[in-house]
Amino acid sequence: MFEFFRNLDRRWIFLMMFLCVAVPIFVIGKYKTTFPEKPLVLATNVFNEIDNLPDGSKVLLAFDYDPGSEGELGPMATAFTLHCIKKHHKMYFIALWPLGRQMIDNAVNRIIKADFPHLRYGEDYVNLGFKAGNEGVIKVIVTDLRKLYTTDSRGTATDEIPMMQGIENIQQMDLVINVSAGYPGTKEWVQYAVTPFPDRIRLVAGCTGVQAPLLYPYIPQQLPGLLAAIKGASEYESLVMAKYGGENISGKYLEAQRRMGPQLVAHLLMIFLIIAGNVIYFVERRRGVRQ
Amino acid sequence: MHNPIRWMGRWSVAPALVLLAALAIGGPCQPAWSQDPQPTAEPTTQEPTAEAPGEPAQASAPEEAAALPEEAGTEATADAASGRSESMQWVDEHIFDLDRGWLLLVVLIFCGSVVFWIAHARSGRPVKVRKIAGLEAVDEAVGRATEMGRSVLYIPGIQDINEIQTIASMTVLARVSRTAAEYDAKVEVPTSRSLVMTTARETVQAAYLSAGRPDAYNQDLIYYVTDEQFGYVAYLQGLMVREKPAACFYMGAFYAESLILAETGNSIGAIQVAGTAMPAQLPFFVAACDYTLIGEEFFAASAYLSGSPEELGSLKGQDMGKMIVGGLLILGVILTTLASATGSEVLQHFVDFLTQNVLT
Amino acid sequence: MKRTAPLLIASIAGFVMIVAYFIPKTQTWGEDVSVWFDILAAIAFILGGGNLLRVQLKKISDRRPGWGYALITLIAFVVMLACGLLKIGSHPNEQYPAFAWSGTYNQTGTPFWWMYEYLIVPLQSTIFAMLAFYVASAAFRAFRAKNVEAILLLGTAFVILLGRTAAGVFLTDFIPSDVLIENPTFLQHLVSTLRLENLTVFLMDIFNTAGNRAIMIGIALGTASVSLKILLGVDRSYLGSGED
Repeated sequence: MFEFFRNLDRRWIFLMMFLCVAVPIFVIGKYKTTFPEKPLVLATNVFNEIDNLPDGSKVLLAFDYDPGSEGELGPMATAFTLHCIKKHHKMYFIALWPLGRQMIDNAVNRIIKADFPHLRYGEDYVNLGFKAGNEGVIKVIVTDLRKLYTTDSRGTATDEIPMMQGIENIQQMDLVINVSAGYPGTKEWVQYAVTPFPDRIRLVAGCTGVQAPLLYPYIPQQLPGLLAAIKGASEYESLVMAKYGGENISGKYLEAQRRMGPQLVAHLLMIFLIIAGNVIYFVERRRGVRQ
Repeated sequence: MHNPIRWMGRWSVAPALVLLAALAIGGPCQPAWSQDPQPTAEPTTQEPTAEAPGEPAQASAPEEAAALPEEAGTEATADAASGRSESMQWVDEHIFDLDRGWLLLVVLIFCGSVVFWIAHARSGRPVKVRKIAGLEAVDEAVGRATEMGRSVLYIPGIQDINEIQTIASMTVLARVSRTAAEYDAKVEVPTSRSLVMTTARETVQAAYLSAGRPDAYNQDLIYYVTDEQFGYVAYLQGLMVREKPAACFYMGAFYAESLILAETGNSIGAIQVAGTAMPAQLPFFVAACDYTLIGEEFFAASAYLSGSPEELGSLKGQDMGKMIVGGLLILGVILTTLASATGSEVLQHFVDFLTQNVLT
Repeated sequence: MKRTAPLLIASIAGFVMIVAYFIPKTQTWGEDVSVWFDILAAIAFILGGGNLLRVQLKKISDRRPGWGYALITLIAFVVMLACGLLKIGSHPNEQYPAFAWSGTYNQTGTPFWWMYEYLIVPLQSTIFAMLAFYVASAAFRAFRAKNVEAILLLGTAFVILLGRTAAGVFLTDFIPSDVLIENPTFLQHLVSTLRLENLTVFLMDIFNTAGNRAIMIGIALGTASVSLKILLGVDRSYLGSGED
């Protein structure tokens, strides 16, 4: 057994990880159960930032991620969209990632068109689409949105869109929500939007787990709330569902909480592997000393 | 040839520093305690209060901003709150953003320090730099690839050439290519941005030229793959597994792909050297690579590898900047602690001034 | 001249960006410089595409090892490009029904949309998901309690791994929480912090933030220093070599 672990082929580890993720997905999918979630401060702050805005406020949703990180960020994008809908906020979608546009389309098709067909494009929500230029786009739209966004993603002139009337720059937004998978993302929104205009631009964000440690230094002054990875999404989702979910909640609004199951088992596997690795290390060291 | 940039740097920096410092000092230097404590001057950047734990620090800000009818009104209120005269307001709108005066001062002190130490090093005084293992390992890695008859894989990150890390990566690439040219090893540079490819070609060509091997330069080894992050990663993984390069360099801006690349490199037994200023990726590189240039070490590569006194002097200037930041941090901690412990209003005002004027 | 012109462009553009940050009247200059770069980057896509075609075609014609992959790359590139550029399968915009190409290239149901939805999305997700496997193998190999620092690191890893899941709440549920207490005493707060989910936040918020700030300050100073050297022409290594 010791020799097996000492010379453990990494493919065995891959197989273990596969099983640790696949089995809980199957079980949770079959029995429709989720682990209980306890929202912590940062997720509560995000929830409050959106919830405390007066109904019908203007909210900019920047979906800066792509299919690669959809598994981690998709559920929080869903929860953000649902929360804004329930608060009757005006939603302005944009993306700084080329594939972010499709992420917006997903949110629009899966949530707005599917469950809230009464919401009207151009009056309740608008998709301004993707713009190339990374942080350069942020630098421009903080002072002049129309310089870059002359049309929406469908090619309609922004002047003809009712909810774009009077919107000159994103300082006029009541809140900016960023879903970020990397660069450009939350860090750039903090640096180029919030930092130059700290009193006029409010930002909350959701990000991948690997990014979160980089963003903690910006809390709470420049970034009052942050959802870190699927755990943060799960906490926020539980808050949104507790207030607006009602009975018979659709599975797509519980995705984050459901994904906590595979995460739990995978983390336990990691702990087991680290302990196993250290046992091997100490046994080898003792044998070495004896020899 | 006389370099106009150097000339410009030498003769324009000093007066510019003086002029801008004067503007910075003359700008937002109305101390908090000298302002009229009217309700309009109420700062919107409040710290979270003990009475409302978990509440957002600036919960009331959007409502306050929304309550103001016009953007101009907001500006007027801000100016009134800062107690600026009309002439200063005019300056703020047309000449210089006074709110950024302190930032400018910090920038000037830091840049001045770097420029001073560059000039100091130019005067011929020696500057000592500690050994950086990751850069010392370049020769070892390329040498090993030569011995094994395999290639060297150089990955300059996934960002474009406007990213400073990519530029720093080009410096290391120059050294790697030069060593490879001397050892007659093959360096392959797949890039995820076409502008990086163009720059890398220039860099490698110049390195081969300076090594006296222009004939050995093959531009086809430096090529564009795709802008797509994971498409690029998939290509690199395939390349590593198929061709099994003996040495892999990961220098530049990396994101989620860092561990995928480093673990794949580890699985094929390559000697791996990484360098990045992405703090989130550093642990992955440290865990999976043989050598890692951590943050500023990576930026120091240019100075370290060139050995020119000018560049080494800039490192000294950078260290001075670090000392200033460290000193200010300690001062801030002491002042805040004292203000909190003694309840002194003067100290508290000073701390508020620092946090609400200097550090915003 | 070959070196001086790029140096001058870099310097002027860099100084314009700095000045634009501080002087309101020049703010648009900075934006213009950003837009110039965007234009360059957009043109560079053509350069990249051309290079991709050349390299892959050469691989195929030389029958180099792995030329089959090059063929797949080439086919995928050409098909995706054609579907996007020619808007194959796209319906005209409702506002301009007479113009065949007035629709968007990625309408639902178009071949472009189909390839994106059923090829790019799953492929990207797959590569990203592979991180889980690599993290596990790296943890098994690299996490060793070799010294005191490494032991601290291990302990922290266990706390974070457990604290980021429901296990954290379950394992330390016996520790009283101060969330429901109106004015918790320092001791109550301290005890509550020992709950794994709170300890995770504490470690991330205090120790992790402190460490990260230190690294970020170093990086920021390094970035500023390198930028300054480039603007002043001291560092020219990115242009190939240090010599004029």
